[in-house]
Amino acid sequence: MDTQVSSQPQKVAKRKIRVATTSLSGCFGCHMSLLDIDERILQLIEVVEFDRSPITDIKHCGPCDIGLIEGSVCNSENVHVLREFRDNCNVLIAFGACAVAGGLPAQRNHLDIGDALREVYCDRTGLGKQIPNDRELPLLLDKVHPINEVVRVDYFIPGCPPSGDTIWKFVTDLIAGHMPRLEHPLLKFD
Amino acid sequence: MSEIANTFTLDGQIVQFTPGQTILEAALDAGLYIPHLCFNPELKPHGSCKLCTVIVNGRSGSACTIKAMPGQEVQSSTPELDGRRRLQLQMIFVEGNHFCPGCEKSGNCKLQAVAYDLEMLNPHFPHFFPERPIDASHPDVMIDFNRCILCEQCVQTSRDVDGKNIFALAGRGMKSHLVINSPSGKLGDTDFALTDKAAHVCPVGAILEKRVGYAKPIGERKYDEQTIREQIAADAEGGL
Ligand code: SF4
Ligand code: SF4
Ligand code: FES
Repeated sequence: MDTQVSSQPQKVAKRKIRVATTSLSGCFGCHMSLLDIDERILQLIEVVEFDRSPITDIKHCGPCDIGLIEGSVCNSENVHVLREFRDNCNVLIAFGACAVAGGLPAQRNHLDIGDALREVYCDRTGLGKQIPNDRELPLLLDKVHPINEVVRVDYFIPGCPPSGDTIWKFVTDLIAGHMPRLEHPLLKFD
Repeated sequence: MSEIANTFTLDGQIVQFTPGQTILEAALDAGLYIPHLCFNPELKPHGSCKLCTVIVNGRSGSACTIKAMPGQEVQSSTPELDGRRRLQLQMIFVEGNHFCPGCEKSGNCKLQAVAYDLEMLNPHFPHFFPERPIDASHPDVMIDFNRCILCEQCVQTSRDVDGKNIFALAGRGMKSHLVINSPSGKLGDTDFALTDKAAHVCPVGAILEKRVGYAKPIGERKYDEQTIREQIAADAEGGL
């Protein structure tokens, strides 16, 4: 950097931080909470640009600084997406109770997955008599897992969902280069 | 000879105690928080959660069971001890099914409050996802055994206070679990009653009163306003 010789005000275009987000077996509530930062998103967009995310049209995750993952891992496609994010993101963050701990979807873990599918697709009137079996459809895993049981995860933001303020605090700490810290009243599991 | 003062130091602060008190009791009376979970001031110390582990004169032990002695040097609030406590909490969380977002005890749960206080952000270890069926046989009370932390407060209370002896721990090692003392093993087949003290002693969401779910608005639950640490400091001040 040649800032020493130049007396120009610091208008040197800083590379924006690239952020990708996704929802695996999530409910999109964590993304809604992310949008709950409201007008602060305008501040965010000054320093951040979005890669693959439900709010962009990018189909695959490219090299990124930060990946935010909502939702637990419940089917084979979730595993592929999660691995793509891990391969491409320097820092991977689990946000929300599902990604952090399995969340309420993991309540199916005490059920036999075959029984659960049969109950929904075969044992009800008006729904046909077979479990969907097209190869387009990802197979369910026998159990739902938090994402750190599949890939290494750098940070965790608990909450169902974490509040907009919680996400804001965490992400701004991280962008500012601080060790992110969540404490009362921003730290919640519910 | 002059009398020896009944004081010890906790993280360098002088704490007064009454002979016979444990380190934890004396600290709590002074409004100094040592994390703890299985300790209930009305019951005999249980010593199972190990969250109250402190270093006393260089050796570690449970503050809820070690008697206070003059001149002890006790360390509690150190990064190492808090780190170990977080690991212990993480072990407790993965051992059960703690789906706080759908638990009626959320906001009023001691396990959760201690985890918040120690800034536990994730359960870290692979989950056990236990499959212990819920007991909803009693008309007024249900039990979710997957949230039980084996603190035995219900066991002690039912046996020693209510005089009924309805609960017990059975099994060994990882298979230890809470059982109901009735031929069928069902709570509905005991003389357990909502008026029993044991019906209200569980620090987590394992023993719950039926039909009163989610009565307190978010913001007014026990640990919403103040953390468990702040409450203990405030209680001690009020008691002085
Ligand atoms: S008992 Fe406490 S820690 Fe367990 S699920 Fe309920 S609120 Fe969460
Ligand atoms: S049911 Fe509650 S009070 Fe009884 S041992 Fe389990 S956690 Fe403790
Ligand atoms: S409070 Fe001392 S071991 Fe649980």
